[in-house]
Amino acid sequence: MICLRKVAIIGVGNSKFGIRNDVNVAELTFEAVKPSFEDAGLAAKDIEFVALGSAGAGAWYEELLPAVVAAEYCGLTKAGLVRCEAACASGSAAFQTAYSVIASGQAEIAMVLGVEKMREIDSLTAMEWIGRAGYYFWEFHNFGLTFPAYYALYANAHMAKFGTTEEDLALVAVKNHKYAIMNPLAHLQNKITVDDVLNSMVIASPLKLFDCCPMTDGAASLILASEEKVKQLDVDTPIWVAGIGCSSGTANLSKRPDYVGLEASVLAAQRAYKTAGISPEQIDVAEVHDCFTIAEIMAYEDLGFCSKGEGAKMIREGQTEIGGKIPVNVDGGLKAKGHPIGATGCSMIYELTKQLRGEAVEKGRQVQLKNYIALAHNIGGTGHYCYVTILRR
Amino acid sequence: MSGMPSIKSREIKIVQEIPISKTLRFWEGLKEGKVYATKCTKCGKQYFPPVADCPNCLNSEIEWIELSNEAEVETFTHVVFRPTSFCQYKPYTVAIGRLKEGVKVLTWLTGFKLSEIKVGMKVKLVAKLSQEGNPTYEFVPL
Ligand SMILES: [Zn+2]
Repeated sequence: MICLRKVAIIGVGNSKFGIRNDVNVAELTFEAVKPSFEDAGLAAKDIEFVALGSAGAGAWYEELLPAVVAAEYCGLTKAGLVRCEAACASGSAAFQTAYSVIASGQAEIAMVLGVEKMREIDSLTAMEWIGRAGYYFWEFHNFGLTFPAYYALYANAHMAKFGTTEEDLALVAVKNHKYAIMNPLAHLQNKITVDDVLNSMVIASPLKLFDCCPMTDGAASLILASEEKVKQLDVDTPIWVAGIGCSSGTANLSKRPDYVGLEASVLAAQRAYKTAGISPEQIDVAEVHDCFTIAEIMAYEDLGFCSKGEGAKMIREGQTEIGGKIPVNVDGGLKAKGHPIGATGCSMIYELTKQLRGEAVEKGRQVQLKNYIALAHNIGGTGHYCYVTILRR
Repeated sequence: MSGMPSIKSREIKIVQEIPISKTLRFWEGLKEGKVYATKCTKCGKQYFPPVADCPNCLNSEIEWIELSNEAEVETFTHVVFRPTSFCQYKPYTVAIGRLKEGVKVLTWLTGFKLSEIKVGMKVKLVAKLSQEGNPTYEFVPL
């Protein structure tokens, strides 16, 4: 890895997340692109390469080639262009692609876009599409697994093995809603209690409605530059990419060794820590993939924030709140900020960039920075893909 | 849907014809009441779902083995909120069970009250026809 050039994030933008039936996919992307240009002090002509993450093209929204459509709409045509798919980790896959293009010397400035429009179709059809995002033939076709159901399989196994309770799961939702209320970009901005979660309708047992992330529309944009370019532009607070680790898991859940953690997370994290040369204790703030409450608890364990089986203890003790051992998802997370599939990975990095710059200032959402290191953990499918990205100021 | 001004896209109906030539024995076995896995003749690894090519050693000579039917539930969920194409079904329980051969099977678990289902319980794997008349397999009480 020593031959790679250093790469920094020099501009970020994030659209308002929510039900965005006022805009199409290109217009929504524009809402993230424009502020990222303003943030970086650059224009479309400066961008040599664009990688766009989006998973539902042609399925839950109408455009089959969203990268082409969004690039034209934002004045980016003629730049090198690709769409990346890694299910819910498509945004991180796009980030890794653009990072690699710069690190390898193929470009000086590149843009990463993540976008998803999930609310143009009815919610049962959306559930159908997402349920097919595993091994369609062997696990959906005859059995009708849904996305919550895949994670519910993990929740029941985790509860049986470690004594994790439905109340523990609910605490994740309560925490993430609490921070979403402070984040004007978040989709769900209502305060909820443990009882609200426990009393909400069962979606796939033991997961209930408030254990699940909403279906959200949203976009995020990140501008990356080489070290040389960062110096040339005299960038005020570049946020450096310290390491990316990625891995994958079997398509069939029946082929996994167990259901109490995601092997892809463990491997991706190990690879990212090694590349960055850091250990989990050094992380000031993390964004983890909490598409369902159980996923956040498993992430604490898989990323090494605590040992296996201790995830529920972390949430009970408030160790992942601001002021705790390691604040997690203080922008509301997928659970409450929302999970526009392809945008999520980019939105995590948007938040961490703001945090590391000390700009996440809305009503006390700024974490205390000691080591100036942050981590984003983005899962695609049910542990089918995983990307862990470590940033450093 | 939202009350915002919009235009409906053109409608398409998508049905894919999924090839099953290489796993035909499996689908025919189900009709005879048997659930088959495959075994690599070179490295001996067993596979469920069945595969025609071994990902472990890339050998394509496989043999069909009939699975024993007793399984231990590793995990389960009761799916209440169903996708469009399963709306004609009542809520269903899905489980992953480990067979004594070591392979695992993900399928529906029927014949129990939800409160009776526990991780670690023993169930039986059987071949059957789905509500739509297609060959499938299921976990049922021993
Ligand atoms: Zn073999």
